[in-house]
Amino acid sequence: MTRRRLPEWFVLLLPAIVVIAAVVLIPLIFSLYSSFTPYKLTRPSTLWRWVGTYNYEKILTDAKFWAAFGRTVLFLTVVLNLELLLGLGIALLMNRVTWGQRTLRTILMFPMMFSPILVGFQFKFIFNDNIGLVNNVLQSLGSDAALPWLVDGRLAMFSIMFAEIWMSTSVFAILILAGLFAMPRDPLEAAKVDGCTPWQTFRHITLPFLMPFIYIAMTIRSLDVARAYDIVQIMTGGGPARRTELLWTLMSRTGYVDARMGLANAMGYVSILLSILFTIYFFRKLSAARAEIGMAG
Amino acid sequence: MTEVNLANVTKDYGSVRAVHGIDLGIGDGEFVVLVGPSGCGKSTTLRMIAGLESISGGEITIGGRLVNDLPPRERNISMVFQNYALYPHMTVRENLGFSLRIAKADAAAIRTAVRDAADILGLNELLDRKPAELSGGQRQRVAMGRAIVRHPDVFLFDEPLSNLDAKLRTQMRVEIKKLHQRVGNTIIYVTHDQVEAMTLADRIVLMRDGHIVQVGTPLDLFNAPVSTFVATFIGSPPMNLIDGTATDDDTIRLANGLVVPVPASARGLLQAEQKVQFGFRADNLMPAGHAVQEDGEMAELDLTVTLTEPLGTETLLFTDVAGTEVQAKMLNPRPVRPGETLKFHLMLDKCHVFDAISSQAIRS
Repeated sequence: MTRRRLPEWFVLLLPAIVVIAAVVLIPLIFSLYSSFTPYKLTRPSTLWRWVGTYNYEKILTDAKFWAAFGRTVLFLTVVLNLELLLGLGIALLMNRVTWGQRTLRTILMFPMMFSPILVGFQFKFIFNDNIGLVNNVLQSLGSDAALPWLVDGRLAMFSIMFAEIWMSTSVFAILILAGLFAMPRDPLEAAKVDGCTPWQTFRHITLPFLMPFIYIAMTIRSLDVARAYDIVQIMTGGGPARRTELLWTLMSRTGYVDARMGLANAMGYVSILLSILFTIYFFRKLSAARAEIGMAG
Repeated sequence: MTEVNLANVTKDYGSVRAVHGIDLGIGDGEFVVLVGPSGCGKSTTLRMIAGLESISGGEITIGGRLVNDLPPRERNISMVFQNYALYPHMTVRENLGFSLRIAKADAAAIRTAVRDAADILGLNELLDRKPAELSGGQRQRVAMGRAIVRHPDVFLFDEPLSNLDAKLRTQMRVEIKKLHQRVGNTIIYVTHDQVEAMTLADRIVLMRDGHIVQVGTPLDLFNAPVSTFVATFIGSPPMNLIDGTATDDDTIRLANGLVVPVPASARGLLQAEQKVQFGFRADNLMPAGHAVQEDGEMAELDLTVTLTEPLGTETLLFTDVAGTEVQAKMLNPRPVRPGETLKFHLMLDKCHVFDAISSQAIRS
């Protein structure tokens, strides 16, 4: 009896294949499969009932899902743009600091060192309508309104964005600062001699050079923000009345609170499209910007 | 008409003074080269004229207008940088037209100006390339093109050729000179290379440690250096300098007892026992039979050659006079072996005498 021997390449790759299968492939296939079942965590047998695209059809017509989807896109857009503007501003200012810049850079990173959960609790307290810092300051300044920061839909969205921006603007600032450090000084001086005002120098010389760095930050942060969960969960829990519901709070509610894991997985697969689209978009922009300043290749 | 005037211009970095009160007048259309060893303040001076460095003291005027507090864009100058400083994200065409675009010139005028500059510098084939796709020499030409597009009052060049290889440097030197003859603007050019200074300049400004040492035409500096520093900086090979002592009968006793007559230009100006340095160029110490035929006073010396550097039309001979290594020049050279002793003629009319303590030339 002759045993068939496995091909050598396969044997050599086997450890990697096993690890990847265990960590990525099996969960991926399992979750994809379960999104075609009415799988409920509380009734494991439902895993074996095939319902085809029922979950997906349900999602596509579900106003709550699309509201959360749209809100997440809005959240991404506002947060990324504001972080970009603030980060750019901070980086430009930091670049002019000549004394103590290292220390400042370290301090700048502090917000990133906190767990998002703690940041969430902190801002939940700051924006509390009753005992919160903000309202107390407003009142001692003479306003007698107790603004419902975490209760009113718009204000709550604002508060969450504020916390998110506070925590992560330094990602932009640090990456853009790195860009500024790498920037050659000569073209800036040439632009001055060529007749540029400081604003024109920034607009025509500095900014094009920084664009690749900005897109790298954008890519990183878009993935980060698209899965925003912890801060929202702590501060508002997606409420009040789902007015701050983002994709991930919706998914976790559906999957773990309502135990409808099949449906939650289907939502995951739909919303992952969002991340993929953002990533493709920023990568396109990134390589275009790199080619623009002759960094391609 | 664009004269540039510097009056008692100083530059301080903290407590360190980099430029010590420079006075310099540059005429319209003149090609002036600031030259000196690194750290002599020449680039700083140029950058103050450009407006890229603030002026700590004194006054700079361009075309009669005080520019001390004007930003570069209001000085109507253009500058060529050592590292070219091209805008990496723009094509050659956009690089050339950038200053005009900023000045809001209309598109047709920009096209014409860019085409003219590209014609002058032979950049027509490269207009759609990015700087990263150009060779060093091409980048240098684009940088020059960018400077001439605007028809500025004054061109400033900051060591523009030092990043090029030797052959290209010679070539670009000629192009810069042609450019000056063609456009006729005032040019201020900074270099540490005395050959560039000699070949390009109408007038050379030799600087050292933030001071101007000597200003003059290339031949002035070559033929009548004011100090041993000028004598050794200008000209290649540098001037030979030998320690000696003046005697009271118009001769100089060199270190090993060799006695030479005082050159006519310094005669009567030396005190007995004054310590001096006796200087002459390699061109003025030549083996008999291989020299330029010249009248005038000569001294004959028998010297032993220690090393030769054949250059084709001439050979540099290293030898030893009064314990100091000196270089001599042999025209129409024949092969010379180290160790050979030749009869040399020293042309006394062309020799220089410097005070040994102050290093200043002694010349009537």
